[in-house]
Amino acid sequence: MRWLLVKDLQILRRSPLLVSILVLYPAAIALMIGFALSSPPGKPRVAIYTGVKPGHGKVHLGTQQVDVSQYARELFSSIQPLQAASAGEATADVRQGRAVAALIIPADITQQLQALLQGGNGNPTVQLVLNTSNPLERNLADQAIQARVDAVEQTVSKQVLKVVVHDLQQVLNGGVVNLLGQNVPLLGLRNVRTIVTGTVQSLPRDSKLLPALHQVVAFADIAIEGLAFAGPEIGTIGAPLSVQRIDLAGRTTPTASYAVSIAAVVSLMFVTLLLAAGLLALERSENAYSRLIRGLVSPATLLGEKILLSGAAATALALALAAIVSIFVPLEWARFELWVLALAASGLAFAALGVAIGGLAREVSTASLMAFLLSLPVAFLALVPSTAVSGGVGTALGVVSFVFPFRAGLQAVSNAFSGAAPGMAWPLLHLLVLALVFGVLARLALRRFASR
Amino acid sequence: MQERYSSPGAVEGLPALRVRGLTRRFGDRIAVQEVSFELAAGERLAIIGPNGAGKTTLLSMLAGVLAPSSGEIGEGTGQIGWVPQQPAVYSKLSVAENLRLFARLERLSDPEAAVDRMLEQTGLGDRRDEQVSRLSGGNQQRLNIAVGLLSRPAVLLLDEPSSALDPRQRERLWEFILELSHQGTSVIYSTHNVLEADRYADRLLVLGDGEVLFLGRPGELADTVSGREAPDFESAFVSFLRSRGH
Repeated sequence: MRWLLVKDLQILRRSPLLVSILVLYPAAIALMIGFALSSPPGKPRVAIYTGVKPGHGKVHLGTQQVDVSQYARELFSSIQPLQAASAGEATADVRQGRAVAALIIPADITQQLQALLQGGNGNPTVQLVLNTSNPLERNLADQAIQARVDAVEQTVSKQVLKVVVHDLQQVLNGGVVNLLGQNVPLLGLRNVRTIVTGTVQSLPRDSKLLPALHQVVAFADIAIEGLAFAGPEIGTIGAPLSVQRIDLAGRTTPTASYAVSIAAVVSLMFVTLLLAAGLLALERSENAYSRLIRGLVSPATLLGEKILLSGAAATALALALAAIVSIFVPLEWARFELWVLALAASGLAFAALGVAIGGLAREVSTASLMAFLLSLPVAFLALVPSTAVSGGVGTALGVVSFVFPFRAGLQAVSNAFSGAAPGMAWPLLHLLVLALVFGVLARLALRRFASR
Repeated sequence: MQERYSSPGAVEGLPALRVRGLTRRFGDRIAVQEVSFELAAGERLAIIGPNGAGKTTLLSMLAGVLAPSSGEIGEGTGQIGWVPQQPAVYSKLSVAENLRLFARLERLSDPEAAVDRMLEQTGLGDRRDEQVSRLSGGNQQRLNIAVGLLSRPAVLLLDEPSSALDPRQRERLWEFILELSHQGTSVIYSTHNVLEADRYADRLLVLGDGEVLFLGRPGELADTVSGREAPDFESAFVSFLRSRGH
């Protein structure tokens, strides 16, 4: 096996194009993943026209004022604003490609908002102009702006409710309100009840005022009780549903390290499959196979050498990929031995699959094509969440994922990178069994070829 | 009339190879049936026959690449060297690297000495560091034969060794094979070129549908058909096949 390894390394050394592709491919994937995960999302360039004059963005809510322009500034911080002098200019910016969208805020939006809050009949509306020449870009801009408008809308809504609740509390407990620049004390229902109750107790038992005052106290009790509940209930309207997240299986894989795991396993898969299938097919396309198996090398040794070489080379490349990506994404270097273990086990299983493919093909080009055509759908199917498809299809996808090493490899590697549950034992065992099964299939494929 | 090369020591002494009842079946089809012969040291045996006659299957069994369904192969005094039809060497390696690799895989005691010996014997010494893919077809075939000769086999098997060569390369190849034979190496080769069989073989083994139709000297084959029907060896061979229903 030693001399076969030396020979294959010599051949690889003299195939600079192939080796360059095999090295650069994972490196390119690593850099792309790293930059994508470490860079903040880009701000869409949006033309803005606002008809609201400076200082006119305040809305009166009960006893308080809300400055809507404060929320507009929040919106501007999440986009790249391009100020326009008029609605027409903002639209022209979009038409001529200077902006992906235009946001037009009418001059009467404050009044409309005021009317809505006070009388329920206002119609505060902003216009969003989108460029439809590129549907994809239109969709992205629409989603980006809509998400930010929704966030601002929710913030305004919460602020309004906060003011309403504050005013209700004053009606209940009393306080000081500002009316036309004058601070006016507000008695509050609780104080009213106290005063009336005191008055009732000071009156003679046969006083004709008592029935009427009892009615006032009873009304005050009902009102106090109702308003005491009203505050929190109204407050919940701003955030009607709160979600409590419960993680049942210990630590979950962080999104970034899961993305790195996918990149590492995809690279590992391609490099291992192409190398293993190609190196075995090379023995046949160079006509050396018949010479080798004449007692020089056993078929099992030949397969073992290809599995070892391609698995080791791909593991080294995947480790290099992880090292590059760790510049951008925090990976747990303390678990390095587990990285090696997970990647090596995955490499072993993929290499065994690769030699099974190489055993079926007579030429390197056919073997490479078969490896490529098989690996892509296997990877995609393994990445489809089982909850995203119906029961029967999900079962079929599960079976396909089970009989190929991608999903088990991904589980092992993502666990090794992040320490996430579930543990590595089952995926590693799964990978070793798959390596054994594909190794046996490769041996049968060679026997079939030799008997021709 | 072309010159015929015969081996001085042919059919004398202990056989280098003894084949008895060699048969190979692929399912219901019999590719080679009950082939038996002996080969003397230094003797050259040509295996000829129409396409699909079983020539390559027979050679593959003799080489140990294909297991026979029945029959036996007895090696006399030494190993069997195998030279496939297409050069079975690594095109990305140099001439010397190929020889060194196979010498190591053959577990020769001194691989470097074996490399030097074969480079000298094949005349490829000045190409030792050249990548095989840059060699001519003739030199590739020389290297192919050199690999087959690394273990100093008593018998060398060649599957259509000259099929991809031009006339000049072919001539040089046969000079090399004749030299080997004169040094005592027995040679079995298959060919479609019956003139090469007539000219360079001591004996012919004619296969038809896997069966041995003829085993003897080239002149004896010509004698089996009438002289007026066979002005030359090729015509005699065609007439012979026709007379046997092929």
